[in-house]
Amino acid sequence: MVGDTSVKIEVVDLHKSFGGKHVLTGVNLEVRNGESMVVIGGSGVGKSVLIKCIIGLLRPDSGGIRVDGQEITSLNEKSLNEIRKKFGMLFQAGALFDSLPVWENVGFGLKQHTSLRDEEIKAIAIEKLRLVGLSHVEALMPSELSGGMRKRVSLARAIAMEPEILLYDEPTTGLDPIMADVINELIVQMRKKLRVTSIAITHDMVSAYKIADRIAMLYEGKIIEIGTPQQNRESSNAIVQQFIQGRAEGPIKVR
Amino acid sequence: MNSVFGYIGSHFMRFLQESGRITMLFGQTIVFIFRPPFDVREPLSQMEEIGVRSIPVVVITAAFTGMVLALQSFTGFRRFNAETLVGTVVALSVTRELGPVLTGLMVSGRVGSAMAAELGTMRVTEQIDALHTLATNPVKYLIVPRFLASLIMFPILVVFADIIGIMGGYFVSVKILGTNPTIYIRRTWDYLELNDIYSGLLKACVFGMIMATISCYQGFYTEGGAEGVGRATTRAVVLSSLLILISNYFITALLF
Repeated sequence: MVGDTSVKIEVVDLHKSFGGKHVLTGVNLEVRNGESMVVIGGSGVGKSVLIKCIIGLLRPDSGGIRVDGQEITSLNEKSLNEIRKKFGMLFQAGALFDSLPVWENVGFGLKQHTSLRDEEIKAIAIEKLRLVGLSHVEALMPSELSGGMRKRVSLARAIAMEPEILLYDEPTTGLDPIMADVINELIVQMRKKLRVTSIAITHDMVSAYKIADRIAMLYEGKIIEIGTPQQNRESSNAIVQQFIQGRAEGPIKVR
Repeated sequence: MNSVFGYIGSHFMRFLQESGRITMLFGQTIVFIFRPPFDVREPLSQMEEIGVRSIPVVVITAAFTGMVLALQSFTGFRRFNAETLVGTVVALSVTRELGPVLTGLMVSGRVGSAMAAELGTMRVTEQIDALHTLATNPVKYLIVPRFLASLIMFPILVVFADIIGIMGGYFVSVKILGTNPTIYIRRTWDYLELNDIYSGLLKACVFGMIMATISCYQGFYTEGGAEGVGRATTRAVVLSSLLILISNYFITALLF
């Protein structure tokens, strides 16, 4: 375990439903300082909803989310934005701003929240791009990038403000195995170099085992098991076993 | 019987809900206009998009409207020997009514659809969520510049439309129908009051706010992928146009 054992993010009995559909039915999760937590689960079990609640994109119906001990579910937009400066988020498809070149995408947070001049922002953006293994792309537009490059630019944008917490929304989905491993490698490096706490959601078990300190399985709106990758592999829970082995037959109802 | 009431009821509730959300978005936009930081670059580029690039559409619309107005009123007025009043009719119709309304409709079709499509795409590709995570308020960053640019450019476009429309009427009357140019111009100026132009410009401001608010609302709350973006775009244009026509009546009824 890297870092101390103090709790960075604490999710308590979180409930969220959409139009009568109860997606999260009491999620409890503790992420320690410096830890890499991976939440696994099938499509549509509410992994994205969970991560969006944590960064305040969605408001939960009930329950609590504490970041560094501060309750965020009751905050207004302005105070929430202060908390969000601790976060960086990598979106599934990158979510780069189409109308801005790569360097302005990476430097977006700096432009909005600091008084740095454009040249300084560009220099920082180039440095962050180099950190994710990209060079000479700063002047390109997002539409000119491949899928793997988009994700790396998005990662560069997420780390540009030097966040304490990184959230990864399915970081390897839609990439070929080699590019997926490049991203996994980057996520591991980010944790080592930047000492960030991270939460990743994924259904890619190769990725989960590579990047996780602990793995939590989300099923029917609850965390049903949580443990190290080793404990996860050896789990006696039939649901967890079915999921990590990727079998169609078993206790998980496929809809 | 019950289901009929249920149907009407649920649609009415939806209507109220939507109206409420549009009003809230409008209110937020107004608040964020006055909250720093103030950005100039984005409103300016929107003004170019909404204003400068709309000029050809507005000019052609206004020119042919003024021309057909002259042609039609000439045909009518000739029946009781009042051909000389054509200039008055053209000037009043264009400045008070047709300039602002047709400009509003044409620009809504052109710009409102683009706004809804752009914001809708940003919504479904999570770019609006990304703005939130970068601690940036999307209303401030995306909607305020579009709203301001529309509010400023609509009246300016209407001034263009007024001038071109009156020139179109003059051209048809004088060059084609053979009206005396001096009389035509005098008839135009004698009866045209500054108030007619102001009222048209006031309408333009309201139409600009309607178009920007409705189109941004439709884009901002888009759901359901590419299909949703298409729906939002259509709704933006239809709803903006309808509200422009409806509000036009009430502004006219209230003020004049």
